[in-house]
Amino acid sequence: MTAFLQSTFNGLVSGAFYALLALGLAVIFGMLRVVNFAHGAFYMLGAFGAYVLLAEAGVPFWAALVVVPLALALLGMALERAFIHRLTRLDPLYNFLLTFGLTLILQDLVKLRYGVQSSPYEAPAGLRGSVDFGLFDFPTYRVFILGFAVAVCVGVWWALARTRVGMVVRAATERPELTRALGINVGRWITPVFGFGIALAGLAGVLAAPMRAVNPLMGADLIIVVFAVVVIGGLGSIFGSVAAGFGIGMVQAWAEAYLSAFPIVAQTIVFIVMAAVLLWRPAGLFGRAEAPA
Amino acid sequence: MVMRRTVGLVAAATATALVVAGCGGGGPQSDGDEKVTGGAIVLGVLNDQSGAYSELSGRNSVTAVELAIADFQAKYGDRAVTTDISVRSADHQNKPDLANSKAQEMYDRQGVDLILDVPTSSAALRVADVAKEKRRLYFNISAATTDLTGKSCNKYTFHYAYDTYMLANGTGRTTTEQVGRNWYILYPNYAFGQDMEKSFSTAIADAGGQVVGKDGAPFPNTSGDYSSYLLKAATLDPKPDVLGTMQAGAELVNVVKQYNEFELRDKGVGLAVGLMFITDIHSLTPAALAGTTYTDAWYWNFDQQNREFADRFQQETGTRPSFAHAANYSAATQYLEAVQAAGTDDADTIVAELEGKEVNDIFLRNGKIRAEDHRVIHDAYLAQVKPQSEVTEEWDYVRILDTIPAEEAFRAPSPDCTL
Repeated sequence: MTAFLQSTFNGLVSGAFYALLALGLAVIFGMLRVVNFAHGAFYMLGAFGAYVLLAEAGVPFWAALVVVPLALALLGMALERAFIHRLTRLDPLYNFLLTFGLTLILQDLVKLRYGVQSSPYEAPAGLRGSVDFGLFDFPTYRVFILGFAVAVCVGVWWALARTRVGMVVRAATERPELTRALGINVGRWITPVFGFGIALAGLAGVLAAPMRAVNPLMGADLIIVVFAVVVIGGLGSIFGSVAAGFGIGMVQAWAEAYLSAFPIVAQTIVFIVMAAVLLWRPAGLFGRAEAPA
Repeated sequence: MVMRRTVGLVAAATATALVVAGCGGGGPQSDGDEKVTGGAIVLGVLNDQSGAYSELSGRNSVTAVELAIADFQAKYGDRAVTTDISVRSADHQNKPDLANSKAQEMYDRQGVDLILDVPTSSAALRVADVAKEKRRLYFNISAATTDLTGKSCNKYTFHYAYDTYMLANGTGRTTTEQVGRNWYILYPNYAFGQDMEKSFSTAIADAGGQVVGKDGAPFPNTSGDYSSYLLKAATLDPKPDVLGTMQAGAELVNVVKQYNEFELRDKGVGLAVGLMFITDIHSLTPAALAGTTYTDAWYWNFDQQNREFADRFQQETGTRPSFAHAANYSAATQYLEAVQAAGTDDADTIVAELEGKEVNDIFLRNGKIRAEDHRVIHDAYLAQVKPQSEVTEEWDYVRILDTIPAEEAFRAPSPDCTL
């Protein structure tokens, strides 16, 4: 039982990263119809941002948690205005290629400056050690990540459900033509929403820095799983992406814990789930629920 | 415009002349009794110059080979077999197919006499096939597989720095004897990891220990998460004394970060690392690895001789050398010495010159180039990462606990190998 709870908890922590990244992808896809392949690169820039601030300017983790996502949001908005925006009217493939190209450029720029070796980053002093849960103890930093990610997801949900901006975003995501026909200026929200999605990726990157290897390729592997998560949740579905993020994290952790005799299965479980979901519900688990016909 | 075109034509003509002189071997510049092909020796460094292994070897190994050439020229001056010695290098991106075609290009088109380095076992084996086919020399430095001196061995291939047996024998045996008998092994589930797991399990059993659990983690591990395995390690019965991780590069960094997060050392589970380079310790910081034992093929601050080399290397590159850098320097030097002694660069003559030779240099201590399988044996070292409080100098991160004599450090020649 203890082992089961532990691996569930670990799965939720992995899931927290998936959820934050998938949430950003979902709002961007919903608003711009752009599959942002560069999301993993922004996650990597988030982690590197935290590392550079600490190593070169002595800026601590807590400040980086605010500064880095904001800076990346600005960078994201600039890129949206300069490039992505110009291609949104064309086939989505164009932006897919564009963001893929951006990924390669960003990765290589970081590689040029910092090399491929991982850069060191430690958890802030207050979050080292572990918390005793009675049945088992668990690293404090992981508990923090889980709480923080859940708070961010709830905050985003609240903003979407209860604020005027949120309503516009939801409306534009689910019924773009109708929203425009009602005289709502969707265009002015596109750039800020893109920036917001990027900020979430950057935030996930800062959170990852103390527990994952910080190197230029750290986002490249992760983003493949996140795309699977987004597809499972339902492309563009905000609730679906978060639920699938946490769900896939747990499934992976259980597979690693209980299927270690079949490493091939543990390795590919995400894609097995994705294939099954696509066969059963081609729009993803929550793909229709957000936009009933 | 006309001027520029003229300059271009002149340049092209000069280049053509150079090529003709280089290939002809009988041009007016040639001194008649030339000993090496085309009057020149060309060394080729083929390795990863942009990916995961580019820091532990990469471009800095090219610099190491250039240092070796400069030292050779300074030593022999006019008596050198030739003064025209140069280096070519190429990036194989750790892809076996690319390594194969780059190696062919080096031997056929660039006149390379010796290919050096070639990390990544699968790529290293492909280059061995090329060397055999082209009958040209190949010193592998950075790949780990024992197949290079086992079923894939050949007359023109030498394995210079280390292999999985050396790592497992050093770390597995000594850790079992000195730290604890019970092991939990975590390995990346592909050729290198499986090879390492087998070598370690054998070495541990031979030393009287036992493997109480082992798991192959996905490779590449896209989630970057190892917590399931680390938690499992702490709950096994009997409890493991040592967690042996065979992960390398960024994956090793992930395992170590999470090992520290779950405070396994405080729970009585020590850490042993299968393959680690000084560049890995630098990136993880010694604090994260304090107390970890591993087998090192060479350490820059082991003695005065190594340190002098490390100082020169740092002047050129800005970092301290890994064992791969030192081994590239040594391999280039030993090749040039052999050419000098034999008075020719004919591959078969050089192989005869090298076989059975006993060598001591900057990298090889009590070194011997084994004739049976072309394994270059030398002393290896059991190293332990210092606690942060004892690190007084950047890059000086380990202390050497024990020297493993050359004869014990490597396996006996494999019956699978016929040269």
